[in-house]
Amino acid sequence: MIRLEEVNRIFQVGDQEVHALAAVNLGIAAGEYVSVMGPSGSGKSTLLNILGLLDHPTSGRYLLEGEDVTGLTDVQQAAVRRHKIGFVFQFFHLIARMTAAENIELPLMLEGIAPSQRKTRVARMLDAVGLADRARHKPEQLSGGQRQRVAIARATILEPDILLTDEPTGNLDRRSGHEIVEVLEALNSRGITLVMVTHDPELGARARRTLRMVDGRITADQTRDPAG
Amino acid sequence: MTGRDILAVAAGSLRGFRLRSGLTMLAMAIGVAAVVVLTGLGEGARRYVREEFASLGTNLVIVIPGRSETAGGGLSLLVGATPRDLTVADAGALTRSAAVRRVAPISVGSALASARGLEREAVVLGTNSELLDIRHWKLAQGKFLAAGDMDRASPVCVLGAKIRRELFGSEPAIGQWLRVGDRRFRVTGILKSEGRSIGVDVEDLVIIPVASAQALFNTPALLRILVEVKHRESIPHVKDFIRETIRERHQGEEDITVITQDAVLATFDRIFRALTFTVAGIAAISLAVAGILVMNVMLISVSQRTAEIGLLKALGAAPRTILSLFLTEATVLSLLGAGLGVAAGELTSWLLASLYPVLPTQPPAWAIAAGMGVALVTGISFGILPARRAARLDAVQALARR
Repeated sequence: MIRLEEVNRIFQVGDQEVHALAAVNLGIAAGEYVSVMGPSGSGKSTLLNILGLLDHPTSGRYLLEGEDVTGLTDVQQAAVRRHKIGFVFQFFHLIARMTAAENIELPLMLEGIAPSQRKTRVARMLDAVGLADRARHKPEQLSGGQRQRVAIARATILEPDILLTDEPTGNLDRRSGHEIVEVLEALNSRGITLVMVTHDPELGARARRTLRMVDGRITADQTRDPAG
Repeated sequence: MTGRDILAVAAGSLRGFRLRSGLTMLAMAIGVAAVVVLTGLGEGARRYVREEFASLGTNLVIVIPGRSETAGGGLSLLVGATPRDLTVADAGALTRSAAVRRVAPISVGSALASARGLEREAVVLGTNSELLDIRHWKLAQGKFLAAGDMDRASPVCVLGAKIRRELFGSEPAIGQWLRVGDRRFRVTGILKSEGRSIGVDVEDLVIIPVASAQALFNTPALLRILVEVKHRESIPHVKDFIRETIRERHQGEEDITVITQDAVLATFDRIFRALTFTVAGIAAISLAVAGILVMNVMLISVSQRTAEIGLLKALGAAPRTILSLFLTEATVLSLLGAGLGVAAGELTSWLLASLYPVLPTQPPAWAIAAGMGVALVTGISFGILPARRAARLDAVQALARR
């Protein structure tokens, strides 16, 4: 599903070039559950941004479902993001003036889906993440765990193939974090490809496959035996 | 994203920042209201002048001795030829056209007027009975000059209210004798009308028969002849008739100028219209300022909502969608501000018209349309820069802002 070939991402910081990603080669199959671990500045988030088409590789190729998406225009990349990729962020990124339901409805609006259909799908999604009674609540009226559920609902309402999560539990207490991971894993068990960037070794260890990054390179790629 | 959704999201974000949106709309509203009220006042002044002229009679044709055109340097200049005087006989000749309703000769001079031992300088106007109706004047007391022969120098006079007050005080003036120059006139009527007419203060006038005025000033020359036409449509025909008649009477010389109220009115109309455009233009400057305020507010909005823009990009919003969202916000702000401004302008104009009924302050439709149009154009134009900035934001950097 995902294939990176010799992907480099170089940032210019003053006179210096910073190699955020250095000749990264990576393949992720559909339905995989991959955690990306490593110290700060190791290139985890850059990798996630490139996988999510929010950032462009300086060189190399990115093939998504066999199609080279590196050279797509902004408009084409936006369409790919809308149809195939969902994002869950550490800081939720909910729009404060909108209710939980309105936040979840946003991708449907961007896709141009009719209001009547939107209402049904949002209600179904709120129910799925256990927030049916919080539809009209604004983010400030929700707990951290509830906010992240809204963010997950928003990321998955258009049924993307890939869910990219950046420290999804980083801003939550242990219990809420655990609940969120269970929600994400449930989505993965239904077929969605889950890529999770995390600092938390316990969380990282839950994934079947763990990538370790140092200085923009993948230094370890371990797949856990499902039996063990 | 459909247009309706873009509008809903834009309206939602404006509601989310009420104070900021409200103040921007207020600035836009003040600009539009200024355009509406000032053009309303200008238009009101124009209509006031127009109505004043109309009250004097729009069917009026004025005959003045002498040509207003620049003459060639021919023989007449060398021999010092002057235009022939307009006379009472000329005025009489003009009554022959069926299209003419009334003719009033005008002879004006000044003389000492005295009564009961009081004396003052007065403007003396020689005319006939028709002037009262031609000028739509009203009498406070008594009667105007009697109809009849224009050559008859009757010793009667009609006084303006002020001169009556100054010479007769609280005493009744009707039937009393008034000395004007070396002649005596019996007061038959007092004018009620006020203001100025034919360049003189109506309240200061002593009106006497034209023949009496000619004798008093020892000249047969008239200052002008006023001709009231029966129907407006026949004005061109009557002008031709006047020129033709006077040319015949003046040995083939066309030595008069014929002007109409319309021509004078058109000049005033042009002046006031230019004035209205000028004040509207000045007021429109405030709209440009409001436009810059819209841009400022939208720029602040973009910088405050950077993370939101990043999120929209992550959710798959195309740059064009983000541009549309911010441009729609600027448009909605400008439109609501302009609407508010038109309402405030209309209300102020109505209040002014109620407080000062003399000045019919009414904003013309073009001013309202122009005010709205300029507000929208400035709002949208100044909204383009912030909207483009939003659309071009780097998604990763935008998401990094919280």
